[in-house]
Amino acid sequence: MASKKILIVEDSPTMRQLISFTLKRLPDVEILEANDGVDGLKKISGGKFDLILTDINMPIMDGIKLVSLIRQDANNKEVPIVVITTEGGQEDRDRAMSLGANSYITKPINSVNLIGTAKELLGIA
Amino acid sequence: MTDNDPKDTTPKPVTAIPTDVSKKGEEILNIVQKGAEFTHELLQENEKLRFRVAQLEEMNVKLGHGSQGGENEEAELKILREKLNSLEDERSKLLERYKAVEDENKDFANRYIDIETENNNLANLYVASYQLHSTLNFNEVIRIILEIIINLIGAERFAIMLLDEKTQMLSTVATEGVEIKDVPASKLGEGVIGKCGEVGENYFAENPGAQTEFNPALPIVCVPMKIKDRIIGVISIYSLLQQKEGFSKLDYELFTLLGGQTATAVFSAKLYSESERKLSTVQGFIDLLTK
Repeated sequence: MASKKILIVEDSPTMRQLISFTLKRLPDVEILEANDGVDGLKKISGGKFDLILTDINMPIMDGIKLVSLIRQDANNKEVPIVVITTEGGQEDRDRAMSLGANSYITKPINSVNLIGTAKELLGIA
Repeated sequence: MTDNDPKDTTPKPVTAIPTDVSKKGEEILNIVQKGAEFTHELLQENEKLRFRVAQLEEMNVKLGHGSQGGENEEAELKILREKLNSLEDERSKLLERYKAVEDENKDFANRYIDIETENNNLANLYVASYQLHSTLNFNEVIRIILEIIINLIGAERFAIMLLDEKTQMLSTVATEGVEIKDVPASKLGEGVIGKCGEVGENYFAENPGAQTEFNPALPIVCVPMKIKDRIIGVISIYSLLQQKEGFSKLDYELFTLLGGQTATAVFSAKLYSESERKLSTVQGFIDLLTK
Protein backbone atom coordinates (compact mmCIF):
# COMPACT_ATOMS: atom_id res chain seq x y z
CA MET A 1 0.00 0.00 0.00
CA ALA A 2 1.39 3.42 -0.98
CA SER A 3 1.95 5.81 1.91
CA LYS A 4 -0.43 8.74 2.35
CA LYS A 5 1.16 12.12 1.73
CA ILE A 6 0.22 14.91 4.11
CA LEU A 7 1.19 18.58 3.81
CA ILE A 8 1.19 20.90 6.84
CA VAL A 9 1.12 24.59 5.92
CA GLU A 10 1.81 26.60 9.09
CA ASP A 11 4.08 29.55 9.88
CA SER A 12 4.61 28.58 13.53
CA PRO A 13 7.39 25.98 13.92
CA THR A 14 5.87 25.00 17.26
CA MET A 15 2.53 24.16 15.67
CA ARG A 16 4.16 22.44 12.68
CA GLN A 17 6.08 20.22 15.05
CA LEU A 18 3.03 19.48 17.20
CA ILE A 19 0.78 18.63 14.23
CA SER A 20 3.49 16.54 12.60
CA PHE A 21 4.25 14.78 15.90
CA THR A 22 0.55 13.93 16.28
CA LEU A 23 -0.06 12.78 12.69
CA LYS A 24 3.07 10.62 12.60
CA ARG A 25 1.18 8.22 14.83
CA LEU A 26 -1.04 7.33 11.85
CA PRO A 27 0.12 4.26 9.93
CA ASP A 28 2.16 4.71 6.76
CA VAL A 29 2.09 8.47 6.31
CA GLU A 30 4.63 10.81 4.79
CA ILE A 31 4.54 14.35 6.16
CA LEU A 32 5.85 17.47 4.45
CA GLU A 33 5.86 20.98 5.90
CA ALA A 34 5.51 24.47 4.41
CA ASN A 35 6.07 27.85 6.15
CA ASP A 36 3.29 29.81 4.44
CA GLY A 37 0.76 29.77 1.61
CA VAL A 38 3.29 30.39 -1.16
CA ASP A 39 5.61 27.68 0.11
CA GLY A 40 2.57 25.43 0.39
CA LEU A 41 1.51 26.06 -3.21
CA LYS A 42 5.04 25.28 -4.44
CA LYS A 43 4.98 21.96 -2.64
CA ILE A 44 1.47 21.17 -3.89
CA SER A 45 2.47 21.85 -7.50
CA GLY A 46 5.43 19.51 -7.05
CA GLY A 47 3.46 16.49 -5.90
CA LYS A 48 0.11 14.93 -5.22
CA PHE A 49 -1.11 15.05 -1.61
CA ASP A 50 -3.75 12.97 0.15
CA LEU A 51 -4.41 15.59 2.83
CA ILE A 52 -3.52 19.26 3.34
CA LEU A 53 -3.67 21.01 6.71
CA THR A 54 -3.36 24.77 6.73
CA ASP A 55 -3.36 27.64 9.19
CA ILE A 56 -5.28 30.83 8.28
CA ASN A 57 -3.11 33.63 9.65
CA MET A 58 0.21 33.37 7.84
CA PRO A 59 2.58 35.88 6.25
CA ILE A 60 2.89 36.30 2.44
CA MET A 61 -0.22 34.23 1.67
CA ASP A 62 -2.92 33.31 4.19
CA GLY A 63 -4.70 30.00 4.45
CA ILE A 64 -8.00 31.26 3.01
CA LYS A 65 -6.29 32.34 -0.20
CA LEU A 66 -4.43 29.04 -0.29
CA VAL A 67 -7.66 27.02 0.02
CA SER A 68 -9.21 29.08 -2.76
CA LEU A 69 -6.21 28.56 -5.08
CA ILE A 70 -6.04 24.83 -4.37
CA ARG A 71 -9.71 24.44 -5.32
CA GLN A 72 -9.16 26.37 -8.57
CA ASP A 73 -6.48 23.88 -9.55
CA ALA A 74 -8.08 21.06 -11.55
CA ASN A 75 -5.56 18.55 -10.17
CA ASN A 76 -6.43 19.35 -6.57
CA LYS A 77 -10.17 19.91 -6.65
CA GLU A 78 -10.78 16.82 -4.55
CA VAL A 79 -7.84 16.86 -2.13
CA PRO A 80 -9.15 17.04 1.46
CA ILE A 81 -8.22 20.28 3.25
CA VAL A 82 -8.31 20.85 7.00
CA VAL A 83 -8.07 24.41 8.30
CA ILE A 84 -6.39 24.67 11.72
CA THR A 85 -6.67 28.13 13.21
CA THR A 86 -7.03 30.34 16.26
CA GLU A 87 -10.03 32.01 14.55
CA GLY A 88 -13.03 30.50 16.29
CA GLY A 89 -15.74 32.74 14.81
CA GLN A 90 -18.59 31.28 12.78
CA GLU A 91 -17.92 33.71 9.91
CA ASP A 92 -14.35 32.47 9.51
CA ARG A 93 -15.54 28.88 9.67
CA ASP A 94 -18.26 29.49 7.06
CA ARG A 95 -15.86 31.34 4.78
CA ALA A 96 -13.28 28.54 4.87
CA MET A 97 -15.89 25.84 4.36
CA SER A 98 -17.58 27.72 1.50
CA LEU A 99 -14.23 28.04 -0.28
CA GLY A 100 -13.79 24.30 -0.18
CA ALA A 101 -12.23 23.29 3.14
CA ASN A 102 -13.39 19.87 4.34
CA SER A 103 -12.89 20.45 8.04
CA TYR A 104 -12.24 23.33 10.44
CA ILE A 105 -10.31 22.80 13.67
CA THR A 106 -9.65 25.54 16.19
CA LYS A 107 -6.51 25.90 18.30
CA PRO A 108 -5.46 24.74 20.79
CA ILE A 109 -5.71 21.43 18.97
CA ASN A 110 -6.88 18.23 20.55
CA SER A 111 -5.00 15.17 19.26
CA VAL A 112 -8.09 12.91 19.42
CA ASN A 113 -9.98 15.35 17.25
CA LEU A 114 -7.08 15.89 14.83
CA ILE A 115 -6.34 12.18 14.40
CA GLY A 116 -10.04 11.38 14.00
CA THR A 117 -10.46 14.04 11.30
CA ALA A 118 -7.29 12.97 9.47
CA LYS A 119 -8.30 9.29 9.57
CA GLU A 120 -11.74 10.09 8.20
CA LEU A 121 -10.41 12.23 5.35
CA LEU A 122 -7.63 9.78 4.50
CA GLY A 123 -10.06 6.83 4.57
CA ILE A 124 -8.10 5.04 7.28
CA ALA A 125 -10.22 2.68 9.38
CA MET B 1 -99.90 -70.99 -29.51
CA THR B 2 -100.22 -67.54 -28.04
CA ASP B 3 -99.08 -64.05 -29.13
CA ASN B 4 -96.30 -64.33 -26.67
CA ASP B 5 -94.85 -67.42 -28.06
CA PRO B 6 -91.15 -66.75 -28.75
CA LYS B 7 -91.08 -69.20 -31.54
CA ASP B 8 -93.78 -67.28 -33.35
CA THR B 9 -91.94 -65.06 -35.84
CA THR B 10 -94.84 -63.87 -37.87
CA PRO B 11 -95.20 -60.10 -38.10
CA LYS B 12 -97.79 -58.53 -35.84
CA PRO B 13 -99.86 -55.53 -36.74
CA VAL B 14 -98.65 -52.22 -35.14
CA THR B 15 -101.05 -50.92 -32.57
CA ALA B 16 -101.09 -47.19 -31.23
CA ILE B 17 -99.71 -46.54 -27.68
CA PRO B 18 -102.31 -45.06 -25.42
CA THR B 19 -101.72 -41.33 -24.49
CA ASP B 20 -101.84 -41.79 -20.70
CA VAL B 21 -99.18 -44.46 -20.88
CA SER B 22 -96.94 -42.12 -22.90
CA LYS B 23 -97.32 -39.35 -20.29
CA LYS B 24 -96.53 -41.70 -17.48
CA GLY B 25 -93.41 -42.80 -19.30
CA GLU B 26 -92.27 -39.21 -19.61
CA GLU B 27 -92.92 -38.60 -15.94
CA ILE B 28 -90.96 -41.71 -15.03
CA LEU B 29 -88.14 -40.58 -17.32
CA ASN B 30 -88.11 -37.15 -15.63
CA ILE B 31 -88.05 -38.74 -12.23
CA VAL B 32 -85.18 -40.99 -13.28
CA GLN B 33 -83.28 -37.97 -14.71
CA LYS B 34 -83.84 -35.95 -11.54
CA GLY B 35 -82.76 -38.92 -9.51
CA ALA B 36 -79.59 -39.13 -11.59
CA GLU B 37 -78.90 -35.43 -11.07
CA PHE B 38 -79.56 -35.75 -7.34
CA THR B 39 -77.26 -38.75 -7.19
CA HIS B 40 -74.55 -36.77 -9.02
CA GLU B 41 -74.95 -33.87 -6.59
CA LEU B 42 -74.77 -36.26 -3.67
CA LEU B 43 -71.63 -37.79 -5.07
CA GLN B 44 -70.03 -34.32 -5.47
CA GLU B 45 -71.01 -33.37 -1.92
CA ASN B 46 -69.67 -36.66 -0.71
CA GLU B 47 -66.40 -36.01 -2.46
CA LYS B 48 -66.16 -32.54 -0.88
CA LEU B 49 -66.88 -33.96 2.55
CA ARG B 50 -64.27 -36.67 2.11
CA PHE B 51 -61.75 -34.03 1.15
CA ARG B 52 -62.70 -31.94 4.19
CA VAL B 53 -62.39 -34.98 6.44
CA ALA B 54 -58.98 -35.70 4.97
CA GLN B 55 -57.97 -32.07 5.64
CA LEU B 56 -59.21 -32.23 9.22
CA GLU B 57 -57.46 -35.51 9.82
CA GLU B 58 -54.24 -34.05 8.49
CA MET B 59 -54.67 -31.02 10.75
CA ASN B 60 -55.43 -33.28 13.62
CA VAL B 61 -52.25 -35.21 13.03
CA LYS B 62 -50.30 -31.99 12.88
CA LEU B 63 -51.80 -30.76 16.13
CA GLY B 64 -51.18 -34.09 17.75
CA HIS B 65 -54.82 -34.92 18.08
CA GLY B 66 -54.40 -38.57 17.80
CA SER B 67 -56.33 -41.06 19.51
CA GLN B 68 -54.74 -39.89 22.81
CA GLY B 69 -55.00 -36.16 21.77
CA GLY B 70 -55.56 -34.67 25.22
CA GLU B 71 -52.58 -36.34 26.90
CA ASN B 72 -50.24 -35.68 23.98
CA GLU B 73 -51.26 -32.06 23.87
CA GLU B 74 -50.48 -31.61 27.56
CA ALA B 75 -47.11 -33.29 27.16
CA GLU B 76 -46.30 -31.22 24.12
CA LEU B 77 -47.31 -28.02 25.89
CA LYS B 78 -45.14 -28.93 28.85
CA ILE B 79 -42.14 -29.45 26.61
CA LEU B 80 -42.83 -26.18 24.82
CA ARG B 81 -43.14 -24.32 28.14
CA GLU B 82 -39.86 -25.79 29.31
CA LYS B 83 -38.22 -24.79 26.06
CA LEU B 84 -39.67 -21.31 26.36
CA ASN B 85 -38.38 -20.97 29.92
CA SER B 86 -34.95 -22.20 28.90
CA LEU B 87 -34.89 -19.74 25.98
CA GLU B 88 -35.99 -16.94 28.31
CA ASP B 89 -33.12 -17.80 30.68
CA GLU B 90 -30.69 -17.89 27.79
CA ARG B 91 -31.99 -14.53 26.57
CA SER B 92 -31.55 -12.99 30.02
CA LYS B 93 -28.01 -14.36 30.23
CA LEU B 94 -27.20 -13.03 26.76
CA LEU B 95 -28.63 -9.63 27.67
CA GLU B 96 -26.51 -9.57 30.84
CA ARG B 97 -23.42 -10.57 28.85
CA TYR B 98 -24.23 -7.95 26.21
CA LYS B 99 -24.54 -5.28 28.91
CA ALA B 100 -21.26 -6.39 30.48
CA VAL B 101 -19.50 -6.24 27.09
CA GLU B 102 -21.06 -2.85 26.42
CA ASP B 103 -19.83 -1.56 29.79
CA GLU B 104 -16.41 -3.01 29.05
CA ASN B 105 -16.42 -1.24 25.66
CA LYS B 106 -17.36 2.03 27.32
CA ASP B 107 -14.59 1.51 29.81
CA PHE B 108 -12.10 0.84 26.99
CA ALA B 109 -13.35 3.92 25.10
CA ASN B 110 -12.90 6.07 28.21
CA ARG B 111 -9.45 4.61 28.81
CA TYR B 112 -8.57 5.27 25.16
CA ILE B 113 -9.65 8.90 25.55
CA ASP B 114 -7.67 9.20 28.80
CA ILE B 115 -4.56 7.75 27.16
CA GLU B 116 -5.03 9.95 24.09
CA THR B 117 -5.44 13.00 26.33
CA GLU B 118 -2.28 12.06 28.18
CA ASN B 119 -0.50 11.57 24.84
CA ASN B 120 -1.76 14.96 23.74
CA ASN B 121 -0.51 16.55 26.96
CA LEU B 122 2.89 14.93 26.67
CA ALA B 123 3.18 15.93 23.00
CA ASN B 124 2.35 19.54 23.90
CA LEU B 125 4.85 19.60 26.77
CA TYR B 126 7.54 17.93 24.66
CA VAL B 127 7.06 20.32 21.74
CA ALA B 128 6.97 23.39 24.02
CA SER B 129 10.14 22.32 25.81
CA TYR B 130 11.89 21.33 22.58
CA GLN B 131 11.08 24.63 20.90
CA LEU B 132 12.05 26.75 23.91
CA HIS B 133 15.52 25.26 23.96
CA SER B 134 16.00 25.10 20.20
CA THR B 135 17.72 28.49 20.02
CA LEU B 136 19.95 30.87 21.94
CA ASN B 137 18.66 33.91 20.09
CA PHE B 138 16.76 36.13 22.54
CA ASN B 139 14.20 37.36 19.99
CA GLU B 140 13.63 33.81 18.80
CA VAL B 141 13.03 32.66 22.36
CA ILE B 142 10.47 35.42 22.90
CA ARG B 143 8.74 34.51 19.60
CA ILE B 144 8.55 30.87 20.67
CA ILE B 145 7.06 31.83 24.06
CA LEU B 146 4.42 33.87 22.19
CA GLU B 147 3.66 30.93 19.90
CA ILE B 148 3.28 28.52 22.79
CA ILE B 149 0.92 30.81 24.67
CA ILE B 150 -1.22 31.45 21.56
CA ASN B 151 -1.27 27.99 20.05
CA LEU B 152 -0.92 25.59 22.95
CA ILE B 153 -2.71 27.50 25.69
CA GLY B 154 -5.14 29.46 23.52
CA ALA B 155 -4.61 32.94 24.96
CA GLU B 156 -5.90 35.92 23.01
CA ARG B 157 -4.33 38.85 24.91
CA PHE B 158 -1.19 38.56 26.99
CA ALA B 159 2.15 40.15 27.80
CA ILE B 160 5.66 38.91 28.54
CA MET B 161 7.38 41.08 31.16
CA LEU B 162 11.03 40.81 32.19
CA LEU B 163 12.54 41.95 35.49
CA ASP B 164 15.18 44.64 35.62
CA GLU B 165 17.09 43.58 38.71
CA LYS B 166 18.51 47.05 39.29
CA THR B 167 15.20 48.91 39.23
CA GLN B 168 13.07 45.94 40.38
CA MET B 169 10.63 46.80 37.60
CA LEU B 170 8.84 44.28 35.40
CA SER B 171 8.89 45.75 31.87
CA THR B 172 6.84 44.50 28.91
CA VAL B 173 9.00 43.08 26.12
CA ALA B 174 6.35 41.39 23.97
CA THR B 175 2.56 41.29 23.70
CA GLU B 176 -0.21 39.65 21.72
CA GLY B 177 -3.65 41.16 21.20
CA VAL B 178 -2.60 44.46 22.85
CA GLU B 179 0.11 47.02 22.20
CA ILE B 180 3.30 46.94 24.29
CA LYS B 181 2.63 50.54 25.34
CA ASP B 182 -0.77 49.49 26.73
CA VAL B 183 0.84 47.25 29.36
CA PRO B 184 2.82 49.54 31.68
CA ALA B 185 5.75 48.33 33.77
CA SER B 186 4.94 46.96 37.23
CA LYS B 187 6.98 47.38 40.37
CA LEU B 188 7.95 44.07 41.95
CA GLY B 189 5.63 43.44 44.90
CA GLU B 190 2.95 45.87 43.71
CA GLY B 191 -0.35 44.92 42.14
CA VAL B 192 -1.32 41.45 40.92
CA ILE B 193 1.62 41.21 38.51
CA GLY B 194 4.20 42.63 40.91
CA LYS B 195 3.05 40.35 43.74
CA CYS B 196 3.12 37.30 41.47
CA GLY B 197 6.72 38.19 40.59
CA GLU B 198 7.63 38.68 44.23
CA VAL B 199 5.91 35.55 45.61
CA GLY B 200 6.94 33.41 42.64
CA GLU B 201 3.67 31.48 42.46
CA ASN B 202 1.09 31.19 39.69
CA TYR B 203 -1.92 33.48 40.03
CA PHE B 204 -5.38 32.58 38.68
CA ALA B 205 -8.29 35.03 38.83
CA GLU B 206 -11.29 33.61 40.70
CA ASN B 207 -13.75 34.38 37.90
CA PRO B 208 -11.79 34.88 34.67
CA GLY B 209 -14.96 34.96 32.53
CA ALA B 210 -16.18 38.07 34.33
CA GLN B 211 -13.30 40.21 33.02
CA THR B 212 -14.52 41.26 29.61
CA GLU B 213 -12.63 44.54 29.26
CA PHE B 214 -8.87 44.77 29.07
CA ASN B 215 -7.22 46.09 32.22
CA PRO B 216 -3.41 45.81 32.21
CA ALA B 217 -3.31 45.63 35.99
CA LEU B 218 -5.83 42.79 36.21
CA PRO B 219 -4.70 39.70 34.33
CA ILE B 220 -6.68 36.47 34.60
CA VAL B 221 -3.47 34.46 34.90
CA CYS B 222 0.06 35.39 36.01
CA VAL B 223 2.93 32.95 35.64
CA PRO B 224 6.27 33.86 37.21
CA MET B 225 9.30 32.97 35.08
CA LYS B 226 11.86 31.75 37.57
CA ILE B 227 15.01 29.67 37.90
CA LYS B 228 14.75 28.14 41.36
CA ASP B 229 13.97 31.23 43.47
CA ARG B 230 15.35 33.79 41.06
CA ILE B 231 12.62 35.68 39.19
CA ILE B 232 13.35 36.47 35.54
CA GLY B 233 9.96 37.85 34.56
CA VAL B 234 6.20 37.33 34.51
CA ILE B 235 3.73 36.19 31.85
CA SER B 236 0.37 37.97 32.21
CA ILE B 237 -2.66 36.59 30.37
CA TYR B 238 -5.66 38.90 29.99
CA SER B 239 -8.11 36.91 27.88
CA LEU B 240 -8.54 33.59 26.11
CA LEU B 241 -9.59 32.77 22.54
CA GLN B 242 -13.38 32.67 22.14
CA GLN B 243 -13.41 28.88 21.64
CA LYS B 244 -11.40 28.36 24.82
CA GLU B 245 -13.91 27.88 27.61
CA GLY B 246 -11.52 27.50 30.54
CA PHE B 247 -8.30 25.92 31.66
CA SER B 248 -7.65 22.22 31.37
CA LYS B 249 -5.26 19.99 33.29
CA LEU B 250 -2.82 20.42 30.40
CA ASP B 251 -2.96 24.21 30.73
CA TYR B 252 -1.85 24.06 34.36
CA GLU B 253 0.99 21.73 33.38
CA LEU B 254 1.92 24.10 30.56
CA PHE B 255 1.91 27.04 32.98
CA THR B 256 4.27 25.15 35.27
CA LEU B 257 6.48 24.24 32.32
CA LEU B 258 6.41 27.82 31.03
CA GLY B 259 7.38 29.16 34.44
CA GLY B 260 10.58 27.12 34.57
CA GLN B 261 11.52 26.50 30.95
CA THR B 262 10.90 30.02 29.64
CA ALA B 263 13.07 31.44 32.44
CA THR B 264 16.04 29.21 31.59
CA ALA B 265 15.55 29.79 27.85
CA VAL B 266 15.40 33.59 28.30
CA PHE B 267 18.30 33.58 30.76
CA SER B 268 20.48 31.42 28.49
CA ALA B 269 19.68 33.56 25.45
CA LYS B 270 20.49 36.75 27.38
CA LEU B 271 23.76 35.31 28.68
CA TYR B 272 24.66 34.10 25.21
CA SER B 273 23.97 37.47 23.57
CA GLU B 274 25.93 39.24 26.33
CA SER B 275 28.86 36.85 25.95
CA GLU B 276 28.72 37.34 22.20
CA ARG B 277 28.78 41.11 22.68
CA LYS B 278 31.64 40.85 25.17
CA LEU B 279 33.49 38.50 22.87
CA SER B 280 33.22 40.94 19.97
CA THR B 281 34.41 43.79 22.28
CA VAL B 282 37.38 41.73 23.45
CA GLN B 283 38.07 40.73 19.87
CA GLY B 284 38.01 44.44 18.95
CA PHE B 285 40.60 45.22 21.65
CA ILE B 286 42.77 42.32 20.58
CA ASP B 287 42.55 43.50 16.97
CA LEU B 288 43.53 47.03 18.07
CA LEU B 289 46.50 45.76 20.05
CA THR B 290 47.80 43.35 17.47
CA LYS B 291 47.38 45.48 14.36
